[in-house]
Amino acid sequence: LSCPLSTRCCAPSSAAPAMNCRAEVLEVSVEGRQVEEAMLAVLHTVLLHRSTGKFHYKKEGTYSIGTVGTQDVDCDFIDFAYVRVSSEELDRALRKAVGEFKDALRGSGSDGMGQISLEFYQKKKSRWPFSDECIPWELWTIKVNVVNLANEQERQICREKVGEKLCEKIINIVEVMNRHEYLPKMPTQSEVDNVFDTSLKDVQPYLYKISYQITDSLGTSVTTTMRRLIKDTLAL
Amino acid sequence: AMDTDLSSQDRKDLDKFIKFFALKTVQVIVQARLGEKICTRSSSSPTGSDWFNLAIKDIPEVTHEAKKALAGQLPAVGRSMCVEISLKTSEGDSMELEIWCLEMNEKCDKEIKVSYTVYNRLSLLLKSLLAITRVTPAYRLSRKQGHEYVILYRIYFGEVQLSGLGEGFQTVRVGTVGTPVGTITLSCAYRINLAFMSTRQFERTPPIMGIIIDHFVDRPYPSSSPMHPCNYRAGEDNGAVYPSVEDSQEVCTTSFSTSPPSQCVFTVTKAHFQTPPPVVTDTLKVPVMGLAFSHQLSSSRLSYQPAALGVGSADMGYPVLFTGGLNAAHPHQLIGPGKEGGVPPVPSQPAHGTQADQERMCTPLDGVHYSAATPSSSEDTETVSNSSEGKCGSPHDLLETIFIRKVGAFVNKPINQVTMANLDIPFAMFAPKNVELEDNDPMVNPPESPETESPLQGSLHSEGSSGSSTGNTHDDFVMIDFKPAFSKDDILPMDLGTFYREFQNPPQLSSLSIDIGAQSMAEDLDSLPEKLAVHEKNVKEFDAFVETLQ
Repeated sequence: LSCPLSTRCCAPSSAAPAMNCRAEVLEVSVEGRQVEEAMLAVLHTVLLHRSTGKFHYKKEGTYSIGTVGTQDVDCDFIDFAYVRVSSEELDRALRKAVGEFKDALRGSGSDGMGQISLEFYQKKKSRWPFSDECIPWELWTIKVNVVNLANEQERQICREKVGEKLCEKIINIVEVMNRHEYLPKMPTQSEVDNVFDTSLKDVQPYLYKISYQITDSLGTSVTTTMRRLIKDTLAL
Repeated sequence: AMDTDLSSQDRKDLDKFIKFFALKTVQVIVQARLGEKICTRSSSSPTGSDWFNLAIKDIPEVTHEAKKALAGQLPAVGRSMCVEISLKTSEGDSMELEIWCLEMNEKCDKEIKVSYTVYNRLSLLLKSLLAITRVTPAYRLSRKQGHEYVILYRIYFGEVQLSGLGEGFQTVRVGTVGTPVGTITLSCAYRINLAFMSTRQFERTPPIMGIIIDHFVDRPYPSSSPMHPCNYRAGEDNGAVYPSVEDSQEVCTTSFSTSPPSQCVFTVTKAHFQTPPPVVTDTLKVPVMGLAFSHQLSSSRLSYQPAALGVGSADMGYPVLFTGGLNAAHPHQLIGPGKEGGVPPVPSQPAHGTQADQERMCTPLDGVHYSAATPSSSEDTETVSNSSEGKCGSPHDLLETIFIRKVGAFVNKPINQVTMANLDIPFAMFAPKNVELEDNDPMVNPPESPETESPLQGSLHSEGSSGSSTGNTHDDFVMIDFKPAFSKDDILPMDLGTFYREFQNPPQLSSLSIDIGAQSMAEDLDSLPEKLAVHEKNVKEFDAFVETLQ
């Protein structure tokens, strides 16, 4: 299956991250009904650190930055709470992607294992007839293993254990963020769309895309669905 | 010498950044321990007042106290800003849960751009702080505060003191930001041995050495008491999580300075409260046995090992609770955000009741080494006067509590359900749901006693009153303080005696609980008629199927 947008997007990133792209992998084992909340917790935490306020460019190349609000989210199926950026658009986009991932995990050919990736990239404009390049600079992969539980007691324990695990993941994410490694340079007004997703009205995350893969019981990738969630696609 | 490379404008900017970063750090930490969900709005147009491009509200009191603690200084090498988060039970026991440290070390980054890179990295660090404050154990505790305990904060500046966190505390680093004058580090040290506290502990009056402990004291907050609804405001999207200025007129602050007088300032916020004030109920510093998440300890019988009399509890931190509108019309009704009614009940008589109560409230202030500083905020209308005068101010004021209790979203989820959650214990979510079995245990619950005598009133006369209601029938069960051989006599023993007490009465397996079994069987029976009807409808298909098998 190929993404219907693929002809219009920039060339798909290869499976392996390019040079200078740091890659982080997180693994979680969750119950089916916990998949969405666990994924959202991780993705939102990453995006909290990778979103700024909206830029407002002024004359002479200076710009001011809007304000990012935050809010607490309580999980229903996990003893866990996390903070996300206050942006309904962003939340909707993540929920859409996570929902598709969850459905794919449930679908046939899957034994409950898969991974969802959040990639931050920069666009590099090329001359015609070449399409613009997407150069990833940070890739987060969450490997998910869905477990089935027999009874209510096990579910209760799972709620707590997954909650604890997610706490560890948040700490891991924050550690990575704290390394202050490569971040794209702050762009000029003409370049801002090559670095940031400026389509949202209240916050400005770095350009990102979410993709996922489901593994079948043989460990091979049965379904590779690439879905682009960026609005700013390039026309050839 | 290290300053010569930095322009004076940069230096000024940097100092300002660090100062506001420190203030915002305190806000984030304290707000994360209020016990409710925080929500602020993003704004695409910069307002100019949102430091670090983040919408973090400023609770005025918190800023005030932070500024007082800093006293115009900035974090520097050897001078760290610390926010201590502690828990205080209704009996007055307190325990440090976390110390958040904002420190500066000598490692300088001369090349870094102050106005741009440092600023953005400080913003990133605040985001990390927002995330990390939700993942330490104290977060869950703070979400469930309100009944048996409250969460307090204390800000101090100087040397980091981690000794109150118990053994084996863990540290999590939130992040670092290099600057031309040093590297800013933000981290949290948190207690990990949190033993499970059952309601039994709250019933027990703190024993003085050698006096018989009576286990069967009536609960101060019987679970059958009616709950009052709280206004739940967390869902509002206007970002106004904090009380507006008008509300603060009902709130009065009293400052105590501690001994030793480092720049530690405590303010106790008081408000109206319903039940007999549970705060500061005794002069003993009764160390708590610590809290831990543990299934097995649901009926642990942690007893107190009181310290010597006269050791004043120096730690009265700020209650990190702010009720959003105290209802002026009904001064005894507590209103605050919270999902369920989790507020203690209104007593039938006004709070400023008996003589005994008045004595109790005054006593701790007399016995503790507090000296009141001048009230911190100018809007104090009812200032509690200095205890050294031997007065407690108006008993009415004092008895109307020192803490504002706020109910978090998780408090008492199923009110009607007879589960552990109904017993108002911390971590009720995590306890096995078998408390009803405890109720049947005569060892645990004596037959009904004629009067509900609050142990708070009785604890001044602990020799006999706490057991007065139960009479002679339970003499058999009175236990002298359990001191196993070779057990340590320290303040916080985690030793053989503790172990024995904790595991003396393991809870029964929930799968053996009749109630749960009966419940599911009842459900099964109920659904039988439906199932039969469906099967009857499909009887032809079934018959056909059977045919194929033959």
